[in-house]
Amino acid sequence: MAIDWFPLWLSLRVAALSTIVALLAGLWLGWLQTTKNYRGKDILDAVVTLPMVLPPTVLGYYLLIVLGRQSALGRLYEWIFGQSLVFTWQAAVLAALLHSAPLLIKFSTAALESVPRRYGKAARSLGASEWMVFWRVTLPLAWNQILAATTLAFARALGDFGITMMVAGNIPGRTQTISVAIYDAVEGGRGDVARVLVLVISAVALVSLTLANRLGRVSVGKATH
Amino acid sequence: MIDARVRKQFLGSAETAPFTLDVHVKTQAGLAVLFGPSGAGKSLTLDSIAGFAKPDEGRILVDDVLLFDAAAGLSLSPQRRRCGYVIQNSALFPHMTLRENLAFAAERLDRLERRRQVGEMLERFRLTEVAGSRPAALSGGQRQRGAIARALLSQPRLLLLDEPSSGLDFALREEFYAVLDEVRKAFQMPMLLVTHDLDEALQLGDEMFVFKGGRVVQSGPPSAILDHPATEEVAGLLGRFNVFDAEIVAMDPAAKSSRLRCGPGFEIAGPYFPGHLLGSRLRLGVRAEMLRVKPFGGAGVVLKLLRQSRRTQTVRLEFAGGIVAEMPERAFDGESHNGEWVVEFPPSALRQLKS
Repeated sequence: MAIDWFPLWLSLRVAALSTIVALLAGLWLGWLQTTKNYRGKDILDAVVTLPMVLPPTVLGYYLLIVLGRQSALGRLYEWIFGQSLVFTWQAAVLAALLHSAPLLIKFSTAALESVPRRYGKAARSLGASEWMVFWRVTLPLAWNQILAATTLAFARALGDFGITMMVAGNIPGRTQTISVAIYDAVEGGRGDVARVLVLVISAVALVSLTLANRLGRVSVGKATH
Repeated sequence: MIDARVRKQFLGSAETAPFTLDVHVKTQAGLAVLFGPSGAGKSLTLDSIAGFAKPDEGRILVDDVLLFDAAAGLSLSPQRRRCGYVIQNSALFPHMTLRENLAFAAERLDRLERRRQVGEMLERFRLTEVAGSRPAALSGGQRQRGAIARALLSQPRLLLLDEPSSGLDFALREEFYAVLDEVRKAFQMPMLLVTHDLDEALQLGDEMFVFKGGRVVQSGPPSAILDHPATEEVAGLLGRFNVFDAEIVAMDPAAKSSRLRCGPGFEIAGPYFPGHLLGSRLRLGVRAEMLRVKPFGGAGVVLKLLRQSRRTQTVRLEFAGGIVAEMPERAFDGESHNGEWVVEFPPSALRQLKS
C-alpha cells in the first residue's frame, strides 16, 4: 500500500493559513462587536453566523459567484496573480476559512465579552488609550479562550469537504486535501488508504480538541479571581 | 472642589422600571460620601463624573477643569478626565503582578522615573513584599491598598471610590479606613465615596449626600444630617440613632479600650480611639437596635424609662437623657412594670461622628 501524504501536508498548510486569517478577523470583529455601538451590529453578527447554518454547497456556490472568472473580484485576482483563483490550493484556503472563521469569530467575541467591564473601566480611568486597553488588558484576559477557539477552528478547517470540493476541486498533487483524498480513496475502492488517512485525521482532531479543552479550562481558572 | 450637576433619563424595559437621575453634588470637603440604598443612582453619578456614563443634561466641574458640559457639547473622554477610580473588588488586572499593575498607571513616565515612583508607592502602602504577586495571591486589604496606590500613580484630580470596602471583613475595613485617612492627609485631593453602609458614611465622610430614587434628598455634614434628618424619608434611611457627646476619662491602648463619661450623665466602656488623648471630647453615635436592654443585672447603665411605643413585634423605649433603644415585644411584656432598666452600650457599636 503506497500512501501519498501530499493531501495531509496540504490540509495542514491550508488549515494553518486559514486559521491565521480567521484569528485576525476574529480579533478585529470581536473588538468591533464588544467596544463599538453602531447601526447594523446585529446584521453583521447574523452575516458572520450564516456560514455555520448554510449547506457547504450553498457556500461553495457563493464563492464561485464572487471569485469565479466572470466576477470582478475573480478578474482582479487573475490580473494580479496571472491565474484564476478557482481550482487552486489558495481557493481551498478560502473554503476552509469560510468553514472555520464563523466559529472563531463567535467564540472570540464571546471571550472578549466575558472579560468583566471593571477592568476596562479601571484601565481607561488610568489614562490608557483604547488600543492599550485592548492589547494590554482585555485581550490577555481573554487570550486562553481565544486560543482554545483557534485550536477548534484549526480542527474544523482541517475537515472541510463540501466547499473545498466546489471551489478547489479534486486535483491530486495540487488541490486534493485529506478529506477529499479520503472520499477519493473510498470511491476508488482503496479502503486501506482511506483507513490510514481517516485514522491520521482523527488523531490530529483529537489532539486539537484535547488542547482546546485544556486551554479553555485554564482560562476559567484565571477568571475566578 | 467638585461641582457635578447631572441629569440622565432611562426609559424602562421589560425588566427595569423607568429611572431618572437628577442630582447636584457640590462639595469642597476632603471626603464626600454618596450614601443611599442600592439603585439610588450613586454609582451612576460616579460613572458620569468618570466619563463612563453620558448625562443628558448637566455640567461637571472639578476644581477649574470642565469635564462635561451638555449645553456646550463638551465631554472629555475617561482618559482625559484623570479621575482615579477605585471600584469594588479592586479591579487590579489579574494577569499582571502588583508591580506591573502599578507601572501600568505610570506609563507616561520614562522607565527610571516610573520604577522610582512605583517603588515609592509600594513602600508607602506597605506592599513592597508582595509586589511580585498577582492579585489572586493577595489579601482583600492588600488588593484595595494596591488599587488605591495604582489610582494615585496616574496623578488624578480626584479619587472616586465605589463601595471600595464591600467584601472586606470588619478588621480589614478598619485597616482600609486608616489607609483612606492617610491618603486624605498625604495627597489632599477631593474624594467621593459611594456606600450604602451608614456606619462607613458616618466614620469617613466630611460631607454626606443622601441619595434616594435618583435624587439627593439631603446633604451636609454627616452628624448634622444624623441629628436633624430633613425628612422622614431621610430618617428612615438613617435608621434610629442615638447621638451624644462623651469625654475620655480613661484609656488603655494595650487593651484597646477606654472609659467614657457621656453627656446624658453616665459612664460606659468604649473602644480605643486612636489619635485622642485623655480628656478629649467626642461626638458618638450608636444605633437604637444595637443597645442591649435588660430589666436588671449585668454590666450596663441603669436608666429611667420615660416612654414606650409599640412597633411591629418590637417596643421602642425612650430613656432619660434622650437614649432610645428597641427590644422584642415578648421580652418587654413580662417586665413592662419596670421603671428602671439596665442599658448596655457595646463598645464595638459606638461610632465616632465627625462634628
